[in-house]
Amino acid sequence: MSRPNAVAALCGIGLMAATAAWAQQPRPPGDLHAADHPWDNGTRIDLTWSPSPDDGGLLGYVVRRKPAASGDFSRVDMAPPGTRTFTVGGLQPGISYLFTVTAVGRDNAESAAAATTEPAAPTMEWFDGTRLWFLVTVVLFCGSVVAFIALARRGMVFKVRRIAGLDMVDEAVGRATEMGRPCLFVPGINDMNEIQTIAGLNVLGRVARTAAEYDADVSVPTSKALVMTAARETMQAAFLAAGRPDAYNPDAVYYVTDEQFGYVAHLQGMMIRDKPAACFYMGSFFAESLILAETGNSVGAIQIAGTAQPAQLPFFVAACDYTLIGEEFLAASAYLSGEPDQLGSIKGQDVGKLIVAAGIIVGVVGATIAALTGSPVVKSLVDFFTETMLT
Amino acid sequence: MTQLVPLLIAVLGGFVLIAAYFSPYTQSWGEKAAIWFDILASIAFVLGGANLLKVHLKNVSDRARGWGYSLIVLVSFLVTLMVGLGKVGVQPSPQFPDSPWSGTYRETGGAFWFFYEYAFKPLTATVFALLAFYVASAAFRAFRAKNTEAVLLLGTAFIILLGRTFAGVLLTSWIDPAVWSGFEHFTGLRIENLTVYIMSVFNTAGNRAIMIGIALGIVATSLRVLLGLDRSYLGRD
Repeated sequence: MSRPNAVAALCGIGLMAATAAWAQQPRPPGDLHAADHPWDNGTRIDLTWSPSPDDGGLLGYVVRRKPAASGDFSRVDMAPPGTRTFTVGGLQPGISYLFTVTAVGRDNAESAAAATTEPAAPTMEWFDGTRLWFLVTVVLFCGSVVAFIALARRGMVFKVRRIAGLDMVDEAVGRATEMGRPCLFVPGINDMNEIQTIAGLNVLGRVARTAAEYDADVSVPTSKALVMTAARETMQAAFLAAGRPDAYNPDAVYYVTDEQFGYVAHLQGMMIRDKPAACFYMGSFFAESLILAETGNSVGAIQIAGTAQPAQLPFFVAACDYTLIGEEFLAASAYLSGEPDQLGSIKGQDVGKLIVAAGIIVGVVGATIAALTGSPVVKSLVDFFTETMLT
Repeated sequence: MTQLVPLLIAVLGGFVLIAAYFSPYTQSWGEKAAIWFDILASIAFVLGGANLLKVHLKNVSDRARGWGYSLIVLVSFLVTLMVGLGKVGVQPSPQFPDSPWSGTYRETGGAFWFFYEYAFKPLTATVFALLAFYVASAAFRAFRAKNTEAVLLLGTAFIILLGRTFAGVLLTSWIDPAVWSGFEHFTGLRIENLTVYIMSVFNTAGNRAIMIGIALGIVATSLRVLLGLDRSYLGRD
């Protein structure tokens, strides 16, 4: 090819490419505004814009941000076509930001950017609005518990069903006393910041009191030093309440190790050597639940377990004589105390259950009607229920 | 007084954490409360170590049953503590080559690392591995067909166990619409599909019921603690 022809061909290709690019570049969105997201923790800004005239043929809108004081724009996300509002999250409270939005064609060609003219800074509010419905739920549940406690204090008597596992606590300690063998109490492997450990120690109070009355030995090996300290206090109080403070032995509560399987190995060895007649597993358990319960079973101990770890419940049910399932374990302390106001709090839970059951029925019926009729009103109500109230 | 001060701390901590969840302004208070707990737990480590020494020294001194194990615990504890604190076998950090103790105590090749890799890890893995045998013995007892419920449990467990093996999948592979067109509506009966159905419908429903009960139980227990109704964990007054 001669030189003039080659130049002409190159110019032609360049012109075609430029024309194609010009033809495919979508028109930009307009009127971009940024405003602080209301009722949040000061990390979000709401963007609004009018869509590109080529909105129907777009891949989406790319949102970018940068601190007003410095830096380059960085991509935040791509919003689908038809989007007019977008919330940018993960921002620093009190820092001003600038934003741009570009329309992106299906061939990835980007329009010119629509940019905010004024910097916007997210501000922190005193209440996180995304948690409003959760707050409503908490107030409702706590309100029902408090109301029933108040009713109990006014003298109303509540019937609480019998929990076999808790009724057996005294019998298990009595059996250990008759056999002249110790009782073993395991308060789980979590620390004092776990509600299950507190619930477990509350049951320990009852076990220790019965042991003090029957003159039985109770061993409480712990896997956390703070739990050891709290368990000692609980034991001492129980022996005092039983009128036998002299029988309290602080060395019966001792620290083993924080390591899960080191703790398990110690308990296994101890069970096989001392052959406790009654084993209580009350607290938060993980993989060690079955190892402990099977070892206790092999030495012929009567075993009562309680945990709120759903994954460990089948193991305890399979290997223990009695298992307190979830809420039974958490209600154990109130049940054993027999105090009216504590029993009232258990009754308050039932109201919570009724509210949950009503919510499940409303949600299932609503979702079924929305699916059968295709009604947009019912569907939007179901969406509000599932995506706003329950999230 | 012995109960009042801990109770006030528990109540204050509880309400601060609740406020921190709902109010962004108090979020940092909640984080601080969590740090306080970490500080307490760290101090308690010293308490735990002292108690461990006391209990096992007493066992050895009294020649109590199993005192030999106590001796092993004491030796292991002291040796690990010394090689960890002394950073035995740890090379100095490249940033501070002249300071012999500038490396990290967990550095690969150090004595602490050696004990961890070649003593601690195999021992914990051994105890964990025992679980397989205990699962078998517990399953043997739990799945005995004593009554209707036990038969149902046995049948369900049989399907689930089989559905997670290659043999189980092979067993019902003949329910295949590609082989016979009449099987389109019966693919749900293939054992692997039955397993998924049982796990995602029956098991999930039961699990959620327990979870809801636990959540409500936690609310009630927390309220009893925060309102000071349940003080048995606080000890004597």
